[in-house]
Amino acid sequence: MKIKVIVTLKNGVLDPQGKAIQQTLNGMNFGNVEDVRQGKYFEIEVKEKDEKKAKSLVDDMCKKLLANLVIEDYKIV
Amino acid sequence: MRSSVIIFPGSNCDRDMDVALKKFGFKNQMVWHNDLSIPKSDLIVLPGGFSYGDYLRCGSIASKSKIIKSVIDFANSGGLVLGICNGFQILTETGLLKGILQQNKFLNFICSNVFVKVKDKQNKYFKDLKKDVLKLHIAHNEGNYFCSDDELKSLEDNNQIAVTYCGEDGIENETNNPNGAIKNIAGIFNNSKNVLGMMPHPERMIDKYLSGEDGSLFFKNILDNFK
Repeated sequence: MKIKVIVTLKNGVLDPQGKAIQQTLNGMNFGNVEDVRQGKYFEIEVKEKDEKKAKSLVDDMCKKLLANLVIEDYKIV
Repeated sequence: MRSSVIIFPGSNCDRDMDVALKKFGFKNQMVWHNDLSIPKSDLIVLPGGFSYGDYLRCGSIASKSKIIKSVIDFANSGGLVLGICNGFQILTETGLLKGILQQNKFLNFICSNVFVKVKDKQNKYFKDLKKDVLKLHIAHNEGNYFCSDDELKSLEDNNQIAVTYCGEDGIENETNNPNGAIKNIAGIFNNSKNVLGMMPHPERMIDKYLSGEDGSLFFKNILDNFK
């Protein structure tokens, strides 16, 4: 079963790459872009048929490796 | 004093560290990351570099490598663990040190000499150090130290801030902050101050003709405090 995870920086944590992307977009005449936050996306193939169990496993993976909870939040989608 | 330098795939300051340690009389051994135990040591060093290609987050993969359990056990039993640059990043990812090293504020790789102020001398690394400001070298893309307000307060309250970026005169301000690190932090201790992580490379300042000798002071001081 494929589980998808999105890891993003927490609100309030400076995201210089997002800022640079926003400024570039503004410079390309996308003037209405007010903010960009960059994140990471994972597709994890888990050998598990029960969706609940698979998601709970991935949740554990997020806490232990995929996200650093000092600065990042994660979302299993 | 016996030391061990851990080599991860992608470490690139391991041999410089070996040269530096041996120069001042440490009996140093190199330890591969896939080993499960560390030879009897008084100091373990996690060197600089790009362990595992900085995949996922700097230091995150190394912080789960086979050797790390031994490093954590050693640290928890009071042993001296020094992480330089990528080693500092690995230490934060293991949880031995608080916070995280984020990408530099202006998105640039910085390679330059800097001055750092020694903020605490009640520890086995800086006790009785003759200087308060050291000239050291930094080379990193992710050195922008960040932690939560609560963590910062506890670092300050327990004097766990080890070194901060400053001017030659010791003044810490935004101009002297190369990477945007919170409170100009260049290095911190754990609670009991046996674990030290810092971005500057003392092993690059051990020769007066090539670079400078403030790194020599640092290594000699560790030895003097061990005697």
